[in-house]
Amino acid sequence: MTTTNGDTAAKTAILRMEGIRKEFPGVVALDGVDLDVRRGEVHVLLGENGAGKSTLMKILSGAYTKDAGRVWIDGMETDISGPRMARELGVGIIYQELTLIPELSAAENVYLGREPRRLRTVVDRSRMIADTRRILNDLGADVPPAAPTRTLSLAQRQLVEIAKALSLEPRILVMDEPTSALTTRETQSLFAAIRRLTARGVAIIYISHRLDEIFEIGDRVTVLRDGRHVSTHTVRSADRRELVRLMANRELDEGISGGTTVRGSELLRVENLTRQGALENVSFSVHAGEIVGIAGLLGAGRTELARVIFGADNADGGRIFVRGKLQNIKSPRDAVRLGIGFLTEDRKAQGLVLGRSVRDNIALPVLRRLSRLGVVRRSEEVALAESYVRDLRIRTPSTSQLALHLSGGNQQKVVLAKWLGCKADILFLDEPTRGIDVGAKQEIYALINKLAASGVGIVMISSELPEVVGLSDRVLVMRGGKIVGEFNRAEATQERLLACAVGA
Amino acid sequence: MGTLGGLVILCTGLWIATPHFVTASNLVNVVQQSTIIGVIAVGMTFVILTGGIDLSVGSIVALAGITFGTLVQANVPLPLAAAGALIAGTLCGAVNGALVTIGRLPPFIATLGMMSVARGIALMLSDGRPISGFPAGFRSLATGTVAGIPAPVIIMLALYGAAHFVLTRVRLGRYTYAIGGNEEATALSGVNVRAYKTIVYCISGFVSALTSLLLVARLNSAQPIAGISYELDAIAAVVIGGTSLLGGSGSVVGTLIGALIMSVLRNGLNLLGVSSYVQQVAIGTVIVVAVLVDMALRQRASLPTG
Repeated sequence: MTTTNGDTAAKTAILRMEGIRKEFPGVVALDGVDLDVRRGEVHVLLGENGAGKSTLMKILSGAYTKDAGRVWIDGMETDISGPRMARELGVGIIYQELTLIPELSAAENVYLGREPRRLRTVVDRSRMIADTRRILNDLGADVPPAAPTRTLSLAQRQLVEIAKALSLEPRILVMDEPTSALTTRETQSLFAAIRRLTARGVAIIYISHRLDEIFEIGDRVTVLRDGRHVSTHTVRSADRRELVRLMANRELDEGISGGTTVRGSELLRVENLTRQGALENVSFSVHAGEIVGIAGLLGAGRTELARVIFGADNADGGRIFVRGKLQNIKSPRDAVRLGIGFLTEDRKAQGLVLGRSVRDNIALPVLRRLSRLGVVRRSEEVALAESYVRDLRIRTPSTSQLALHLSGGNQQKVVLAKWLGCKADILFLDEPTRGIDVGAKQEIYALINKLAASGVGIVMISSELPEVVGLSDRVLVMRGGKIVGEFNRAEATQERLLACAVGA
Repeated sequence: MGTLGGLVILCTGLWIATPHFVTASNLVNVVQQSTIIGVIAVGMTFVILTGGIDLSVGSIVALAGITFGTLVQANVPLPLAAAGALIAGTLCGAVNGALVTIGRLPPFIATLGMMSVARGIALMLSDGRPISGFPAGFRSLATGTVAGIPAPVIIMLALYGAAHFVLTRVRLGRYTYAIGGNEEATALSGVNVRAYKTIVYCISGFVSALTSLLLVARLNSAQPIAGISYELDAIAAVVIGGTSLLGGSGSVVGTLIGALIMSVLRNGLNLLGVSSYVQQVAIGTVIVVAVLVDMALRQRASLPTG
């Protein structure tokens, strides 16, 4: 290791990465990327999916080794050889996917593998719990440290994940989309925790797709595109449109708007749908060509509503009419047959068979139609997949590419293609743009509008209020398993919906 | 295709090491030796592709064989007796499938239970004694040849051809992969996952019964203690063939190569005069090394997602 004398900027810099290059077979993931991060700042990494943000952070945390480039931490050039070394150098990372063990308590998860011990043998449980409680309190997190993690909410688990990273007292903390599962209030307490950390001199590298957050919490922002460094600005001098343009290299109208709606006949009507502990007397209807938004906080029963109508869970009471006829939907199979599609919230766990090709995934719900005497007609299958890849502009080298290798936005388009291929005309979309970059979001919005215009009835569940307000013809607000408000396009404002959702 | 490379290397090595390996009769012998496990492993591949496991195949071999023997002794015509054996095996598979799908038991537990139950019934039916003496016409199932190729080899290859077609081109095969890759996403796509999983266990039971017929024909005897530890050999063939125990990826072509590797290895070690104790060590080592190599190759081929 050698010490280099930095210039004035480098004196306040805790991390400098220069000319970082990383290749994977057939892909240059990073091509000469520079990044410098200062003590006590929140440095935002911005870029579309596939821009190289995660790869760069994996090199910093020792999960990948770089092919070329140099890294300095605290002015000292280092060659990070593995996760352990990164940890010793004070690099902490919170991955987007949660890594907690559900049966262990928060405290056990936080100290997993380095439990405090008495006499070097027995785990000192009380100290472990006390230390975890202290870290969680510092975070302003309301999480019981001794309860099994599986009993915690998604947001609480996210906070435990953050506590785990903090327990190592990192000097540089990487956060990959930390708020994607958090409510507004929880996001605010996370931001407060971030401010306390930066005040102590910890540098935060913050990856997010949400521009609003960047302006709220960020100090500087570095934009990556196609594995290259595009620019670094102070957030105060940055302009929202300019950032979007730099990321995508094209002008985008960040505003969202619904199409003009011609409301057709009633496709779906639900009466007094009830499921113990999840739904209570839910009634609503959807017409052809209509986009019905469903707003509400996490746990308000929105996903549950879609699952019950789709037959994935059973109802305890209530009636479902499809095109005016009473139906008894017992399984997803029944729902698919009736022309109901369900784009699930978690596309990796519930939407796609990741290890299979784009073509296999698109054809999965319609194999019966594509086959004769059980034998799948390959030419028809290929034609179907290719037509959707073209129509939805799914970016993939071919339809035989594994779904695993597509970016989030393109994966979501594959799930949409599945339901379009089924000719579903009642479509439930649960968080259709979660974890998708700005450019792809616009494309999904345009698709949703196009579908509605073609006569599909759409129920869109979303936690992104601008999206709900912008796209919906009508918005239903759920709270505690009930529909507590209905707003038409003119009435639906973010403030009103939020007030209704929290019960203010 | 790391497994094919492994088989080629193994054969080349034996070719160099002993003059007795590459002779027409020995090669035919090697392939013939692989048929018993080879046929069972077809069904096992289907089950493992869905992310399941079937420990009961060896016991089903015994039960179906005894069923066949009992029916033949009762003067039931041969084709009907054979059909009876195949039905018995398929029924065992159906029960496995029902326990896994309707009973929601882990496949390991459901088929572990069947392993003991089927063996017990075979012992009860036969009173623990083998049934011997079958008509020569039936024994030609094992001893007959077509154009110099033994009948069991033809049956096995035909079965692999059919299974490969089903897995790659038929709806059932595509659902098999989809279920193993992501069961929940497959169910939410409107696929009747329970029915297809049950069918897969039925296939495993059916091919186990088919194996029992080949075995009875070869031994001229139906034995209640036949097929012990066949499940482990079949699982080994599947795994050496590159099918993931987690389900969702693999192929029957790989399984065939896996079964051949085990057979070639046993044959080669016999020719070299290696003791059967050492053979067990060698086979165990091959299983572990094959999977290690397979995992390393996969890792290198995978791309980052971020």
